[in-house]
Amino acid sequence: MKINVTVNGTSQENEVEPRLLLVDYLRTVRSLTGTHIGCDTTHCGACTVLVDGIPTKSCTMFAVQADGASITTVEGLKQGGQLHPVQSAFKEHHGLQCGFCTPGMMIVGAALIAENTDPSEDEVRWAISGNICRCTGYVNIVKAIQAAAATTREASRQPVSVG
Amino acid sequence: MYPAAFQYSAPRTLEEALSLLSELGDDGRVLAGGQSLIPMMKIQQAFPAHLVDINRISGLDGIREVNGHLGIGALVRHAALASSGLVAKNSSMMAAAAPWIADPLVRNRGTLCGSVAHCDPKGDWNSMMLAMSAVVVARSKAGERLIPIGEFVIDFFTNSLRPGEMVTEVRVPKDGVGGGGSYMKLERKIGDYATVGVATHLRLEGKGKIARAGLALTSVSSHNLKVTEAEQMMAGQTPSAELFAEAGAIAARTCSPDDDVRGPADYKRAVVAEYTKRGFQKALQAATSA
Amino acid sequence: MTTTKPITSPEIGGIGHSVRRREDDRFIQGAGRYIDDIVLPGMLHMAILRSPLAHARIKGIDSSAATAHPGVVAVITGNDLAAYKLAWMPTLSGDTQAVLATDKVRYQGQEVAAVIANDPYTARDALSLISVDYEELAAITNPQQALSPKAVLIRDEKEGQTDNVAYNWEAGDKAATDAAFAKADRVVSLETHYPRSHPAPLETCGAVADVNPITGQATIYMTSQAPHAHRTLFALVAGLPEQNIRIVSPDLGGGFGNKVPIYPGYVVATAASLVLGRPVKWIESRSENLISTGFARDFYMKGELALDKEGRILAMRASILSDQGAFFADAQPTKFRAGLVHICTGSYDFPAAHVAAQGAFTNKAPGGVAYRCSFRVTEASYLIERLVQNAAHEIGMDPAEFRLKNFIKPEQFPYHSPTGFVYDSGDYHTALRKAMDMIGYDQLRAEQKKPRPDGKLIGIGIASFTEVVGAGPSRDYDIVGLKMFDSAELRIHPTGKAILKLGVKSQGQGHETTFAQIVANELGIPASDIVVKEGDTDDTPYGLGTYASRSTPVGGAATAMVARKIRDKAKKIAAHLLEAAEEDLEWEPGRFFVKGVPDRGATIQEIAFAAYTNLPLGMEAGLEGVHYYDPPNMTYPFGSYIVVVEVDPGDGTWKVLRMVAVDDCGVRINPMIVEGQIHGGLAEGFAKANMQWITFDDQGNCIGSNFLDYLIPTAYETPRFELGETVTPSPHHPIGAKGVGESATVGSPAAYVNAVLDALWWNAAAKGGSGPLNIDMPVLPHRVWQALQR
Repeated sequence: MKINVTVNGTSQENEVEPRLLLVDYLRTVRSLTGTHIGCDTTHCGACTVLVDGIPTKSCTMFAVQADGASITTVEGLKQGGQLHPVQSAFKEHHGLQCGFCTPGMMIVGAALIAENTDPSEDEVRWAISGNICRCTGYVNIVKAIQAAAATTREASRQPVSVG
Repeated sequence: MYPAAFQYSAPRTLEEALSLLSELGDDGRVLAGGQSLIPMMKIQQAFPAHLVDINRISGLDGIREVNGHLGIGALVRHAALASSGLVAKNSSMMAAAAPWIADPLVRNRGTLCGSVAHCDPKGDWNSMMLAMSAVVVARSKAGERLIPIGEFVIDFFTNSLRPGEMVTEVRVPKDGVGGGGSYMKLERKIGDYATVGVATHLRLEGKGKIARAGLALTSVSSHNLKVTEAEQMMAGQTPSAELFAEAGAIAARTCSPDDDVRGPADYKRAVVAEYTKRGFQKALQAATSA
Repeated sequence: MTTTKPITSPEIGGIGHSVRRREDDRFIQGAGRYIDDIVLPGMLHMAILRSPLAHARIKGIDSSAATAHPGVVAVITGNDLAAYKLAWMPTLSGDTQAVLATDKVRYQGQEVAAVIANDPYTARDALSLISVDYEELAAITNPQQALSPKAVLIRDEKEGQTDNVAYNWEAGDKAATDAAFAKADRVVSLETHYPRSHPAPLETCGAVADVNPITGQATIYMTSQAPHAHRTLFALVAGLPEQNIRIVSPDLGGGFGNKVPIYPGYVVATAASLVLGRPVKWIESRSENLISTGFARDFYMKGELALDKEGRILAMRASILSDQGAFFADAQPTKFRAGLVHICTGSYDFPAAHVAAQGAFTNKAPGGVAYRCSFRVTEASYLIERLVQNAAHEIGMDPAEFRLKNFIKPEQFPYHSPTGFVYDSGDYHTALRKAMDMIGYDQLRAEQKKPRPDGKLIGIGIASFTEVVGAGPSRDYDIVGLKMFDSAELRIHPTGKAILKLGVKSQGQGHETTFAQIVANELGIPASDIVVKEGDTDDTPYGLGTYASRSTPVGGAATAMVARKIRDKAKKIAAHLLEAAEEDLEWEPGRFFVKGVPDRGATIQEIAFAAYTNLPLGMEAGLEGVHYYDPPNMTYPFGSYIVVVEVDPGDGTWKVLRMVAVDDCGVRINPMIVEGQIHGGLAEGFAKANMQWITFDDQGNCIGSNFLDYLIPTAYETPRFELGETVTPSPHHPIGAKGVGESATVGSPAAYVNAVLDALWWNAAAKGGSGPLNIDMPVLPHRVWQALQR
């Protein structure tokens, strides 16, 4: 089947089998290996991407379902040469160790911050409860996402013009 | 790890979808959220020959009020239910349960109608539908059929849809004044299946007695189980801790849980009893709050 | 003692600074290079057919339909490998293991055949086209069954094997221990099963084998925590000349011991590449990872403590029955068949102990040593900390008081344990008191006495662990004969930057940053100027890899030593540059200067340049070195953890209200990274205590072979942690560091379990009874409920 999928702003037409999983499409057809596969039962969330802005487990969706959709992967978080606040925060706060769950965590973190500029620790833990990490015990992942939210809040403060 | 090969169509209108389903008969399978179907396909436990993806059909993602019910469309995602003001206002049970379905990512795609049609005895929604006496709207090329949930949920992954039919909406009675429910689930972690799930609902009449009670169980039978005996026992009674405990005792002996890694049967029965008690307490609170 | 003050500035980033990780730059941009990211021209894909049965004879395999399937290039069976003498391979414990089954399958999930195809979907499609004729045999699903007289022989292919015993081993002094027990006022005993679990790193195992048909060079990309050892083993097993083998272990998505064994998949992929002349990729699925790769634990332990009237421990006995699975395939030092389980005397001072361990074969996947266990130290630590808890309970003493009474005292170090360890340093009293202080222990105990209106039960649990890591001294430690030194090769470039190459291999522990920090500390070169390489056997000195928390104790020591060698040469060059005598020079991080004339100095960068441009007559050019470090002893990190739990008697569930962890791993190279390791371990300990295990039914079907049944806590269930530290350096380690990667996984499970039991004991006491002396992990809700019914 022919599909046209926009990934990180770039559209491409490809011929794919209906059963090709979206995660495999991204990794092998689009050569974007930043999205990972950690399980086979839709539990781990390592494959999380944004599908039309919504965090989605790309292992539980077929590429053909993404025809016409706009996907953001970890490679698309950086904009105009600038790291997304969530990326910088993960490094600053040691929110990753092996890095395998990290793309999924950052995608979910970025989506959370976009709709909630000041998430509490509980809210962050809830938002990432579909993403498993084996290394960090989640502590610094939560810190990183909250820090990214703080950075985003700071950056969005408009200077007040005087006079 | 990977599904077997299949044919795929993504109709743009409901008519197109129903036409396809009627042609395909048993070969056709509806794909909505896919969060139950695709994992089964990946572990080679489902082999649909032809998937009919309904995600491009507009008009199926609404939550509306219809005949004193909330009508939940086929493409309403669990996440939408969890954040819906209409649901929060009109169904305390669904509002309580929706955030606890699977995990946040699965909730972004999975649908209530899909879960209902799936008939997984470990699935949460059908217990709630049974407790609230929901109605399933099934459409086919031939027309529309309203199926009471008790006739829809037949058995282990088996519903009463005929070939060519699909669920377009599930209608859940609104709480109204004096109505309220809750759903209690024993899951060890987010995303775990319920070891035990208990859906409780109360409809109180003017003087505070129970006009109607709803009680249904998850994971303790070959399908979601409505505990009619307890419901009938409670009708007309004054709500009390003792009454709820009695309902719990009936529920415990009515269900038939398995001995497995999630616990022996006697444990699960004990939790059914305990959660029935606690659940009805919460339902009572929801029914009597403004 | 608290954190040492850094001797370098933050710009240099030596020891003690929480330098942000260099490796993060690629990971946060999705530019990590993990095994499944590797794509080579002409690459084929391999999938493995696995046995659905736990124990069965193979009567025949018909792969004709698979071979004929479009897109399939080859199908390999055990008989094909047997022609190359590759159907069986040696294990890391001196046993043999099937690569592809020939005569029998001995566990559910065992490798039976492999399909090589153009793409991974086709490869897996073809698996269902292979038909295997099995004759089912009775399955042995636990070691007690394995050792019963009528048990079917699992290893009937092994010459001389007449039963299902894998090994027998003991340590300590039986006579002295028996004598002590005879004199005891009281004996406390405990039987407990530390269940099977699995490291389940988020990235599964895999390989891309690329045997060049023209040059004969075999480049094997593989998920390996020990690439050099694996290279040597490949040479011995596959008969490939070692100079032609290059193992490249790329970025690893976690290891936790899962990536130490050599799995059949690696061998078959290599054989396939050799035969087909094309690269072959094999990546296992999560289910395959859980059902067939190196599991962890599964020790049935019986422990006893002999006590005197005052509650002082006189002696300890332990007997262990280990479920090894179908092959004895643990990676552990040859001399210690049950790993370092004889560290089970823990943090306590008593003169006699005896430990006996027996391993049994069962119809399950092989393994046992994995999941941050430091070679069975998790099991040992769990046993003693549970015994101590029970002992305090039985004699009516507060468990903290019991520990303080029995701890080894600071003045007793180096401490000779009754099972032969020499603990390097420790201060257990301070760590426990600090944890008690942080959690408000006395206040908590007072509050615990008050009944709660909601009916929930509160419990407080302690674990004060001492672990042994840093394998290990050559006199006692080897794996398949390879001594457990480790290595570092350091080269300083003319512009003063450096490259450090290591024999260890990070799977997320941050070596690219922390090892650079060691060099930065010794030489004053900014850590950010130092590139660290690991994992490519062509490009790094020989090492035994990373597991059992050995990187810092052994590899870190090698790094410090090689940097010091370079500093020695740098001093000579500095003397030449400064026209001074070596004895007249002093060092401060980054420069040598003339004593009393601080302005007259030479920076390490100036010295490095001079090493290539301006050398004293007769001196060899360059500024580099290599050091192979043989540790004189192991290191002994320790700590005290205190957990508060709340138990719901209505359904048996429990959750953590507070978790305080005080760790002492000696000098902390990078405090931020150390804390990250501890967080991870505390979470894993919670997982094992609360929900995580692999079990089997009577037919040997594995329950726990996917994430539906093998439960990993999410951020929602995982408790919050409060960390504290003490710093008691290792006196024998060049930088005083001990390693910390596994401490929290070792120490925390007992703390959680002790807390739940404490809640049940208080509850029972309030009702005039006594609670259960043991609940096996995972402390599942139904087990708590059952205990409450009694």
